[in-house]
Amino acid sequence: MTGARMDTLARLRGRIARLEAANGAHDLRRVALGHDEADAVLQGGLATGALHEVFAEAGRQAAAATGFVCGLAARVAARRPLIWIRQDFAEREAGALSMSGLAELGLDPCRLVVVRAPDLDHALRTAADALACDALGGVMLEVWGETQKLDLVASRKLTLAAQESGVTALLLRVAATPEPSTAETRWMVRTAPSPVVAPWMAWGAPRLDAELIRNRHGQTGRWIMEWMPDACRFSEPAADPQPVAAAPAHRAHQAEPRRRSA
Amino acid sequence: MSLGQPLANARAVCPDLVAHEADLTADARLLESIADWCDRFTPLVALDPPDGLSLDITGCVHLFGGETKLMQSVCDALTAHGLTVSAAIASNAVCARTLNRQVHGRIVPDGEEAAAVSALPVAALGGSDAITLGLRRAGLKTIGDVASRGRNEITARFGAAFTRVLAQALGEADAPINPRKVPPDYIVDKRFAEPIATDTVIAASLSSLAAMLVAAMAQQGKGARRLEACFFRTDGLVRIIAVDTGQPVTDAAVIDRLFRERLEALSDPLDPGFGFDMIRLAAGRSEIVVQQQRDLDAHVHDNDELSALIDRIAARIGGKRVVVHLPVDTHVPERAALPLPAQHNLAATSTANWPARHDGEPPLRPLRLFARPEAIQVIAGVPDGPPARFVWRRAAHAVVRAEGPERIAMEWWRPDGQGLTRDYFRVEDEHGLRFWLYRDGLYDRELEQPENGPLVQPLWYMHGLFA
Repeated sequence: MTGARMDTLARLRGRIARLEAANGAHDLRRVALGHDEADAVLQGGLATGALHEVFAEAGRQAAAATGFVCGLAARVAARRPLIWIRQDFAEREAGALSMSGLAELGLDPCRLVVVRAPDLDHALRTAADALACDALGGVMLEVWGETQKLDLVASRKLTLAAQESGVTALLLRVAATPEPSTAETRWMVRTAPSPVVAPWMAWGAPRLDAELIRNRHGQTGRWIMEWMPDACRFSEPAADPQPVAAAPAHRAHQAEPRRRSA
Repeated sequence: MSLGQPLANARAVCPDLVAHEADLTADARLLESIADWCDRFTPLVALDPPDGLSLDITGCVHLFGGETKLMQSVCDALTAHGLTVSAAIASNAVCARTLNRQVHGRIVPDGEEAAAVSALPVAALGGSDAITLGLRRAGLKTIGDVASRGRNEITARFGAAFTRVLAQALGEADAPINPRKVPPDYIVDKRFAEPIATDTVIAASLSSLAAMLVAAMAQQGKGARRLEACFFRTDGLVRIIAVDTGQPVTDAAVIDRLFRERLEALSDPLDPGFGFDMIRLAAGRSEIVVQQQRDLDAHVHDNDELSALIDRIAARIGGKRVVVHLPVDTHVPERAALPLPAQHNLAATSTANWPARHDGEPPLRPLRLFARPEAIQVIAGVPDGPPARFVWRRAAHAVVRAEGPERIAMEWWRPDGQGLTRDYFRVEDEHGLRFWLYRDGLYDRELEQPENGPLVQPLWYMHGLFA
């Protein structure tokens, strides 16, 4: 083998070694979601300084996916400011992000800066810029519909920017199908019906059917998650959704014979 | 041929005459662009429509080698562009305007205004035709004649406005001009003997201008919140590009980066044509910069970083597209949050008080709110009860759970508050989708029912989606 070829080989070997070292040394900080099974699968929680994708398969699931993204953001942000980047027209499709709604979920609207990008190119550029700013707690990018522009190159750019600064990137895709990307995790989120409760009990807390369809460093899974606005974390669905108050004894008596006769 | 001559007369004199209709808006536009070009001589340029410009050259003369040379260079450049120019320099704008209506190139030293204008005909004062005619009928042909009469007589006959113009033309009263733009606080500029056209040279010039500007501001401990770069093209066109910032800028690299972002994102890129012969950088809205301890206090550092990021995004896509929300004290859901440009309101958000949520309650306001509520078809069990089924965007939903109504009355005391009272319901359908819908109008009080005929049904709207 000639000297020049040896040289090239050595250089390439060195490069690979450096790449691998960078990957190994890059130890992701993780934030627990609060849902024990999901945290176990995620090896401790959601990795910060990485790209996470959240999909809503249809427009009507947009609110559920938005709620999930807001929950993730609240977990990773740790009271630092957030940036929400969206396209202009998305507001007409599924409504604008409501600040009172955010406050009801336990997030502080004071910490949110909303960017209305004229098109996807600007949105991606803005997201990459924002990810470079380490003062942020998270960058949320909402992309509506199918697009060619969010390919491997674009997602690699976001991933690198997120790794560099340690800011978490949350990509919300509504009415889109998953494509190959460099995301750390990918979720498909649907809404889940509220548990059956007595009429006087409160219902309607965000209850989501979150399916982890891709996880770079572990298993996948599917869970029903509830967002607890007061504790600002996810949780398992309540085991027994029946009313806690015991039913009066004579009522149970009355119900018994009727069931028999049916 | 003369101004004001009827077209028929002119045609009789010259049968081959080509007539064009006057385009007043184009004339005004041309005057504006000439005024833009004149910015290179002084920041104080005022329009004197339809065909005049006043330049306040106080303090600028020495930069151009004296009054004579300044006037010469202005006139030469404008003549080279095919314009007919008449100029005059005097201690006030009205006096100069009076002079250049009659003669070109007069420079009147202070105190000699009366002598200079007295020989001119009264028409030079630029009064209306009725006044000029009236003066001439009274035998007052020159301005000197008018000045020799008592001012009270002139005022009685021709009005106070004319007397004031007369006094200003004679140099007895001051005549301030009304500049088109607020003069910037700091200006630095660069002139090029050889026009520059390439991007790299333009960028390098901007960088060095930024350094000069920052040095000038640093002497007074100030930073600018508005920066304007003016590109003067050799053919007289001027392009002004402005960048706003949330915090006063004191760093040349930041200015440089903001302009790079802005220039890259221009929808109609900077067109150098045959090159720029001058670039100017001006700083406005300057503020005294309070030096803060940056390294120890992480919060200050974070805020600085965030506002710098917002400035950069705003420079690229426009300041109105980057918003923060402030709470508004109202019950009407669509007005509850006021979007404001983040650049100027970032500080206000930290003190804003959003209504606190009730512990233990599920969210009572939807996460996604439609700016314009969408009409839906609803079947309700009882007339003013919750909906049982509804059709939204051509999909039918069966309501499994409903909570409401939450009654929200419109704000009748506001000019745009004349709406019907809304009864909001929180509903969940068979798939678990949670919606916020409302019935528009109260049955018996707000919806007028006809004496005989079908019942008027209230309309239903979809207003938001819960997570």
